[in-house]
Amino acid sequence: MTDTVEIRVNGQNVPLGDVTPHTTALEWLREQGLTGCKEGCGEGECGACSVLVARPGVESPTEWAAINACLVPAAALAAQEIVTAEGLGSPDRLHAVQHEMAVRGGSQCGYCTPGFVCSMAAEYYRPGREAFPDGAVTDHDHGPNGFDLHALSGNLCRCTGYRPIRDAAYALGPPAPEDQLAQRRQAPPAPPRPVRLKHGGREFIRPASLPDALRLLRERPAATVVAGSTDWGVEVNLRGTRAGSVIAIDQLSELRELTFGPECVEIGAGLTLSEIERRLAGRVPLLAQMFPLFASRLVRNSATIGGNLGTGSPVGDTPPVLLALAADVVLVSADGERRVRLADYFTGYRRSVRHPEELIRAVRIPLPLADLVAFHKIAKRRFDDIASVAVGFALDVVDGTVVRARIGLGGVAATPIRARATEAALEGRSWSAATAATAARVLRGEGTPLDDHRSSAEYRAAMLGQSLLKLYAENSAPDEVPAGAGTPSAAITASAVERSPQHERSV
Amino acid sequence: MSALSERPESPGVGAPVPHESATLHVTGTALYTDDLIYRTKDVLHAHPVQVPQAHARVTALRIAPALRVPGVVRVLTAADVPGVNDAGVKHDEPLFPDEVMFFGHAVCWVLAETFEAARLGAAAVEVEAEPLPSYVTVREAIAAGSFQGASPQLVRGDVEAGLADAGHVFSGELEFAGQEHFYLETHCALAHVDEAGQIFVQSSTQHPSETQEIVAHVLGRASHEVTVQCLRMGGGFGGKEMQPHGFAAIAALGATLTGRPVRVRLTRAQDLTMSGKRHGFLVHWRVGFDAAGRLQALEATLTADGGWSLDLSEPVLARALCHVDNAYWLPHVRLNGRIVRTHKTSSTAFRGFGGPQGMMVIEDILGRCAPLLGIDPMDLRRRNFYRVGQTTPYGQVVRHPDRLDRLWRQVLDTGDVITRQREIAAFNTAHPHTKRGLAVTPVKFGISFNLTAFNQAGALVHVYRDGSVLINHGGTEMGQGLHTKMLQVAATTLGIPLRRVRLAPTRTDKVPNTSATAASCGADLNGGAVRHACEQIRVRLAPVAATMLGTSAADVRIVDGVARGIGAAAGIEWDELVRAAYFQRVQLFAAGFYRTEGLHWDSSVMQGSPFKYFAYGVAAAEVEVDGFTGAHRTRRVDIAHDVGDSLSPLIDIGQIEGGFVQGAGWLTLEDLRWDTGPGAARGRLHTQAASTYKLPSFSEMPEIFNVMLLTDAAEDQVVYGSKAVGEPPLMLAFSVREALRQATAAFGTASTSVDLASPATPEAVFWAIERARAGDGRGGAAGADLRPGVETPAMPPDLGRIDPAVSRA
Repeated sequence: MTDTVEIRVNGQNVPLGDVTPHTTALEWLREQGLTGCKEGCGEGECGACSVLVARPGVESPTEWAAINACLVPAAALAAQEIVTAEGLGSPDRLHAVQHEMAVRGGSQCGYCTPGFVCSMAAEYYRPGREAFPDGAVTDHDHGPNGFDLHALSGNLCRCTGYRPIRDAAYALGPPAPEDQLAQRRQAPPAPPRPVRLKHGGREFIRPASLPDALRLLRERPAATVVAGSTDWGVEVNLRGTRAGSVIAIDQLSELRELTFGPECVEIGAGLTLSEIERRLAGRVPLLAQMFPLFASRLVRNSATIGGNLGTGSPVGDTPPVLLALAADVVLVSADGERRVRLADYFTGYRRSVRHPEELIRAVRIPLPLADLVAFHKIAKRRFDDIASVAVGFALDVVDGTVVRARIGLGGVAATPIRARATEAALEGRSWSAATAATAARVLRGEGTPLDDHRSSAEYRAAMLGQSLLKLYAENSAPDEVPAGAGTPSAAITASAVERSPQHERSV
Repeated sequence: MSALSERPESPGVGAPVPHESATLHVTGTALYTDDLIYRTKDVLHAHPVQVPQAHARVTALRIAPALRVPGVVRVLTAADVPGVNDAGVKHDEPLFPDEVMFFGHAVCWVLAETFEAARLGAAAVEVEAEPLPSYVTVREAIAAGSFQGASPQLVRGDVEAGLADAGHVFSGELEFAGQEHFYLETHCALAHVDEAGQIFVQSSTQHPSETQEIVAHVLGRASHEVTVQCLRMGGGFGGKEMQPHGFAAIAALGATLTGRPVRVRLTRAQDLTMSGKRHGFLVHWRVGFDAAGRLQALEATLTADGGWSLDLSEPVLARALCHVDNAYWLPHVRLNGRIVRTHKTSSTAFRGFGGPQGMMVIEDILGRCAPLLGIDPMDLRRRNFYRVGQTTPYGQVVRHPDRLDRLWRQVLDTGDVITRQREIAAFNTAHPHTKRGLAVTPVKFGISFNLTAFNQAGALVHVYRDGSVLINHGGTEMGQGLHTKMLQVAATTLGIPLRRVRLAPTRTDKVPNTSATAASCGADLNGGAVRHACEQIRVRLAPVAATMLGTSAADVRIVDGVARGIGAAAGIEWDELVRAAYFQRVQLFAAGFYRTEGLHWDSSVMQGSPFKYFAYGVAAAEVEVDGFTGAHRTRRVDIAHDVGDSLSPLIDIGQIEGGFVQGAGWLTLEDLRWDTGPGAARGRLHTQAASTYKLPSFSEMPEIFNVMLLTDAAEDQVVYGSKAVGEPPLMLAFSVREALRQATAAFGTASTSVDLASPATPEAVFWAIERARAGDGRGGAAGADLRPGVETPAMPPDLGRIDPAVSRA
């Protein structure tokens, strides 16, 4: 029953063929002989399997988004259009991106290169990418040609040290007018198409509408629901999970709306992080701080906000932010909708109040937004890492007094939590170094952090306190002298002294 | 200059050409071993059965349940081995072990029609194993007396007297972690039995000859029945020097038993939990300085974590001992080396091969002692550089120590280091929560295999009748650009354009008895052999051209594809010359051979001149540290490096930058975490995925990154005056670690000596900052913790320290 299903690959329609529901796009492409698509990690961390997919755009009808082929069921790409490194160019007809990478020493062993080329090509074709006037560059993460280096944050290279890849990216001009992939952006992508694939007692279903999806979900309460499938892919590849039913909801139009109303921002659960980032365009500053730190561009191009809440990971990046924003979750089932405060949503490790027949339809963020906000993500690596601790702050400071504080924490308990004791220690008090130091000590004690390979429990606890001190140092009260050597850090130093007494010098 | 190092007119070497496979890489059309399975019929897929215990005796292995899984064809066990059940060269690595030596050790392999079926089959195999005592950390192994291999000692002078005479004596401890290679392409082999009954193995291997030998001895066959080919590797870094053999042997064994092609390809988790890594070390040291900060004596015991098998630990340890001096004159030295056996994956070759571990000892000592001596770290390093005529502790004359001076000055000048030091001091005064540090460190790295016999190479060069040239050599391509350089060498020697030369994949039936492509000397050795082969052909062509040109053979020059007599305008095109030579029955192919001259090494006394020359480099790194979290970034790096007269500047700069970032990853980010607790997961590698083992990404690239090659640096007696480049730049990354140390110290008082755990992750730096702030930076009796900070977050008081033992100024 699958023989009519096709994927458009490098301009050719290719029958999906006899695939299982857990066959990844990476496996499928390689079976087609497109071995430029490489497996480096199988969990969306290295980007060696990056490919371009035609997606509905924000600034043009279609945009080319780069995604990790290892995380996507091949069946989920049915009726869609993808381009691989082989499709961009050939050795005697190099694409502009391929040319720059080749001549500048952007490849050494070459194994990561096709993936880099695809990620770079997506940014090359990004409609909003424009050269800075006079080549004025504001930071090291952007090129004079408008290239955002974060586009490559999900690609790892073990050979080059990245400099020649950056130089290749920053040397790219605009696409030529006759460039077919550039032209392709002007027409919409193929419309979503329902898919029903069965293989060996397992099934992959892309329902046509939200009511269909909810009906299916009622019939199959054990089904795995996927949107961007960035968590599904890891489960399949690393843990051998083989779900009986996979239901794909990412193209349901009912889940893809974003409204910015007078009372709230409502974000459709099926929008990808990248789409939300572009469509909000900084209007929710706390979210804007989080986006670049959320995994990588490759993952953000697939992962949805609903999915991040749906998986319920205690170290997800959106929950601390959404907790600080006092967001609600809108749940929908065949019986109707209900709204749950996110603070009440999580009930245990990867568990929530969501019933199996319910879907997250949207996330609602009440307005107005707090004026003092920050997202602190503590991790080993700046790009594309999982947080040891993540803290979202939203404080209303009126006339020097903290009138409202909402603090969301990740990585310190079995679920994301609100730092309620710390909020209480701040509210009603003047926004001062003393308040920050006192509240920081309270914050240090929130949650029950554990030791693991990311960091020690002590470090996690310390980082909670430090995050508030850092927030204060960067946003101290206007009438206070900016901290000299020691104001906010004095508390920290003092505690360290207690633990590690100073010894006399014997030299 | 010797003939070997002299360059002819219009040479192909020295041109900044892109990698020879660059256009294939960028279009996804470069093939790697696992890409071949889609072009191969009826491939069987192999999956290991890994036992989740650190150390255990296998008491029962039941494979029948696996055979009932649909698609499973066969389970390979020890009983199937016709030859020797061993995957190593030390005969301590059973291919199918009956004793589990590390968590995840594979005891048998399942072959199936699909990878999925093989995976399910492997899960169905029942293994019973009786636990045995296990040692996971170096300290546990030392306490249990679990040692393996030799315990070399490297001695010069009288250490006791040197320490007794020194004005300042310090002692301390240093422990640092290993490193995962994380080549993007995991281990892979594809074997089949060819139409003549020979075994053909395609393997992602840096050492095809040894892969061939191991496959042959496992199968009980002679080497001439086994051919190993390596198309290219998706990264090697030493991880595919010894480690591929067993996987190739599994594929070959499966192919001979089933008659079908067998593919072994490790998943990332399998690769991380089964294959070897860089050696971590534990080091205890005592050092003496005179009043002026000159090193007087060093005594150190270096204990290498060898993991479960001996592997390459002995030569790694030897190289470590030979690099403790780095760039510094040490009058009195006594270095003790030993290797512990722990129940972890085998420690193996990794870019630098002990060199980084040895150098880390002296760089750590200088970084920690400089504040205690009251000497700027840059001055302290500079003051101790080798001078002309001095010898290393193992007795080799340090040739060209002046190059270090030139490199040092160049980095200081072009990096504007002195001005920036002042700016950093001002910045640090103005910023209580953010500190910067700028450190300059040198590298002196010995080039050649320590074992003299390995310093040989072969090549096979064919000139076809149409004038096209095909070269084979014994080296493998893993991204380092060796093939590109070899094409340039061949084009240079023959005097023809680069595009006329093509290179065939590395195969053991073309060039036999090759050494590993390792020790940075792939280009030196194979370049010598390629050149030798091409030279023979050129010499044979000269008389042919001389006759045609009416001149003497000695006066014939082939330049840019045209043979001419000296000073003559008229010439003969290369193609025409080749055609003429063929009809005159001139041999148009040649085997080349090269052996490095002038080496000798006595490992029993650790003395000799094991290295052809030293590669030098200097790096200046500036970092910024966030006092709230310990997070850090590298703002700027300036490198000047000595690659001799570069064969291929674009390739060499790529090696320098890539090596540097890889070294910085080892020292500041990459964090192997083993379960050291007593529970069921004891010995398990917690960081067995890209999501948990973080390697440098774009965010770790230095924001400003300048690399200069030393000019006027032609190296005599090396192919076209070049020098090796693969490994030495990795050690330039000590500049980042030392800059972090200095930035951390800036949170304390002026004389703060910082003990920095390695890797210096944000957490490790944070705890170091806390100690610096607490005024505990003198490295006194307590709190100067040197163990990886992540293991000891609460700063237990009495582990690892500097004891400012004596001061007799």
